[in-house]
Amino acid sequence: MTKNLGWKLVLIFGTLAVFLFGIFGVPSGLSGSALATAIQNRIHLGLDLKGGTHLILQVQVNDAVNADSDRAVERLKDRMRARKINFTEVSKSDPANNPDKIVITGVPPENSADLRSLVGDQLPEYNLNSGAANTWTVAMKPPQLTELKSRAVQQAIETIRNRIDKLGISEPIIQEHGLGQYQILVELPGVDDPARVKEIMQSTAMLEIRQALNNGQPYPSQDAALQANGGVLPPNSVLLPGRSIGTGENAEGEVYYLISRTSAVAGHDLREARVSRNSQTNMPEVEFFLTAEGGRRFSEFTGAHVGDYLSVILDNKVMEVAVIKSQIGDTGVIEGRFTDQQARDLALILNSGALPATIKYLQESTVGPSLGNDSIRAGVRAAIIGMAAVLLFMLVYYHGAGINADVALILNLIILLGFMGYFGATLTLPGIAGVILTVGMGVDSNVLIFERIREELRNGKTPPSAVDQGFSHAWVTIVDTHVTTIVSAAILFIFGTGPVKGFAVTLTFGLLANLFTAVFVSRVIFDWVLSRKQRGEALSIG
Amino acid sequence: MEFFRNPNIDFLGKKWYFLAFSLVFSVAGVLSMLFWHGIPKGVDFRGGTLVYVKFTGPPNENQIRSLLNKAGLTRVRLQRFGPADTNQELISLDERETSEQALDRGKNQIINALETNAPAGKQDLNNASYLTVFNYLMEKDPLHLGTDATQRYSDNARSIVSYRDKSKSGVLNSIDELKGTAPPEVVGALNDGFFLSNFAVKNVEIVGPQVGEQLRRQALLAVLYSLIGMLVYLWFRFEWIYGLAAVVTVFHDTLITVGAFSLANKEITLTVIAAILTLVGYSNNDTIVVFDRIRENIKLLRRERLSDIVNRSINQTLSRTILTAGLTFLTVLALYLFGGEVLSGFSFALVIGILIGTYSSIAIAAPILVAYQDWRGSRGKRYAAMAADKGGKSPKPQQQKAQVKA
Repeated sequence: MTKNLGWKLVLIFGTLAVFLFGIFGVPSGLSGSALATAIQNRIHLGLDLKGGTHLILQVQVNDAVNADSDRAVERLKDRMRARKINFTEVSKSDPANNPDKIVITGVPPENSADLRSLVGDQLPEYNLNSGAANTWTVAMKPPQLTELKSRAVQQAIETIRNRIDKLGISEPIIQEHGLGQYQILVELPGVDDPARVKEIMQSTAMLEIRQALNNGQPYPSQDAALQANGGVLPPNSVLLPGRSIGTGENAEGEVYYLISRTSAVAGHDLREARVSRNSQTNMPEVEFFLTAEGGRRFSEFTGAHVGDYLSVILDNKVMEVAVIKSQIGDTGVIEGRFTDQQARDLALILNSGALPATIKYLQESTVGPSLGNDSIRAGVRAAIIGMAAVLLFMLVYYHGAGINADVALILNLIILLGFMGYFGATLTLPGIAGVILTVGMGVDSNVLIFERIREELRNGKTPPSAVDQGFSHAWVTIVDTHVTTIVSAAILFIFGTGPVKGFAVTLTFGLLANLFTAVFVSRVIFDWVLSRKQRGEALSIG
Repeated sequence: MEFFRNPNIDFLGKKWYFLAFSLVFSVAGVLSMLFWHGIPKGVDFRGGTLVYVKFTGPPNENQIRSLLNKAGLTRVRLQRFGPADTNQELISLDERETSEQALDRGKNQIINALETNAPAGKQDLNNASYLTVFNYLMEKDPLHLGTDATQRYSDNARSIVSYRDKSKSGVLNSIDELKGTAPPEVVGALNDGFFLSNFAVKNVEIVGPQVGEQLRRQALLAVLYSLIGMLVYLWFRFEWIYGLAAVVTVFHDTLITVGAFSLANKEITLTVIAAILTLVGYSNNDTIVVFDRIRENIKLLRRERLSDIVNRSINQTLSRTILTAGLTFLTVLALYLFGGEVLSGFSFALVIGILIGTYSSIAIAAPILVAYQDWRGSRGKRYAAMAADKGGKSPKPQQQKAQVKA
């Protein structure tokens, strides 16, 4: 046994070194502050400790479905006309709840075969069903619908990530929030004033250029617009809000423009946007450049509409209306009276691409840095007091064996923190509580073993055989107790978010490390102590 | 040192006292949940807005309430928070004041309502972020640095904000306090553009109704799954009755802990659920230690009655049970007393739960085993089923004698 002892000691000290490296890395010095910085580099603090903003948002996936089915409606009408299939109407009956459902009415029975083959060819991701009275419904196939929705969430995550990266926020977390419906979790360390970031994340950034009707002149209200057009808007047109661009009294009022429904250029035709200054007013403005394909279409459109008006529309708001003086190539400008920061933000949003659907905020929590600071101080103080109490008690109660337990406990703590350093696990406030609990629950293994050894000694066993018996009997129990606790921790990890996850992680790591320290290390120390004693000499176990 | 030397207490003989004790606490908790405080749900479960505010002096709740009422916020709850000398107040808005259409409206209304002394055109330095201070300095350029100002002002803004947050824990009393932190010109410029309100927002939590609903369901599922997990594991390791006894025990512990939250009218938050799940594990630990000993003793002492074996097993592990509970309790108590306000619900759950969990492994789990055996005995079944070691050496027929009379 003494022969193996050497190897076991090497193993223990090796472990100690490896995990100390996990905690500190290579510190720049041995002073307190150098060690503190070293720890901070290795162990990440959660939002609740370092301050920051935590958001849960939901992608309104129905928007994406509606966009797809809108295109399908247009295509259906187009192709049915081309194939000379009669119909009364193609429309969506319930865009809010069944965004993928399209209803076609008034198709004569003799055309049903044509309609079937048309839908089969042109809209392979849709199903066609016949209803009563020459009515047909077209709905998206379930797998395609699911796929479309989850793609919308993924795209939203990508877009939001792009925008946040460009804002220069370090170490953000942007991920699907697994348990909710189309939800995204965003964590922004160090951001304690989330208003602007939220604004930037939320903008769908749907940029379009469409023809402005009515010679680009706005109406003061929706009613006025209807009246001027005899109660009905002209076909293929829509009223969109915009800011008055006139100077004088109504400069800041909201006005309505009559805009064509079809866009000449849309968001995906955009190549780049950047901030520039107006050569006359020196006000900031956003200049944008189109892709080759977008540029070609834009130049076709402007060529055909010289003398007409065009409008730049962002998120269904009219930003800019201008007369087309001549054919334009691939670039345009959004003026819209920005501050410098607004112009920068708009360029950023445009460059990061459009969101496939609008988003809604469901949860927001902000931890100010001073609260995080207070929490760390309180948590660390509680940990030190709890730890000291336990260490002291073990010494008083078990004497020599108490030192053994204390060594095991400290090593347990070092391994736990080292683990966290290596795995980049995040230490949260409940995580600190997990560390404290690990101390309390970890010492349980030692108590189990020591009590058993005492019992065996009372029954007249020699110290070596009492130690042997104590460890082998307690082992089964220790495994059972650890497994059940780790089961609860695993469930916490699956169900919890942020801080609670951090707690589950520390508790699990702590208990795994405890198996090594309380059983293996503690045993080696006993063996080492016994190997130095005379046969029959008593064991110091209180 | 030793607290217990060969204890020999007849725990099973006291089972009726235990039962009465448990019933009193469970029933009190359940009654409170049904008719008194209900189950007080934290903001994460019910939805709503919480704003933690630190004031420069003792907060005047009547004044705060009337300011908020004036701003149109009527469903407001005010509560002192943390030690009295830290002057902290928790302002909570009902879930009805929180909608997913404009999630942070309530928060903004609170801040605006409290900034009573705001002079026109000045910003509140106690609630200004680093970026606000930095942008302001860049614009004013009090040091006349011209083009290479960015680094300098960014450093200044950072140290101003960090002085406020770290050294003054969030609130300044006077802008001149910053004289040691930033150049006098910068402090002068701050005086021109900023004022100090008498509070700072330290923490904001806003939960929309949808998330609250979702979290409630998840919390219930998590507790349920962990109970099932325990049942399955113990069934696999022992006999099903051991698993059942352990789960009944843990359920008893959970019920009493949640009951204690209801009686004390303390809110159950997500971290409290984490504590409760930890208790499920902890209480099981205790139970398993006793069960393990029972299993071991059943093999050793085949002639003894089960109630004697159980009593003896509890006594043998009593020292360990009390020591471990005491040590864990010590650490949890440190957490409760010194761990700060944020963890108070969490550590409260653990303080209660560890006491109950320790008690119940002795007073509930073990008697269930014996009661089951009595019941089987009364139906003439053999003792064999209790042997606990699955597929192992099954006990001999002579153990029929070991049936228990209650």
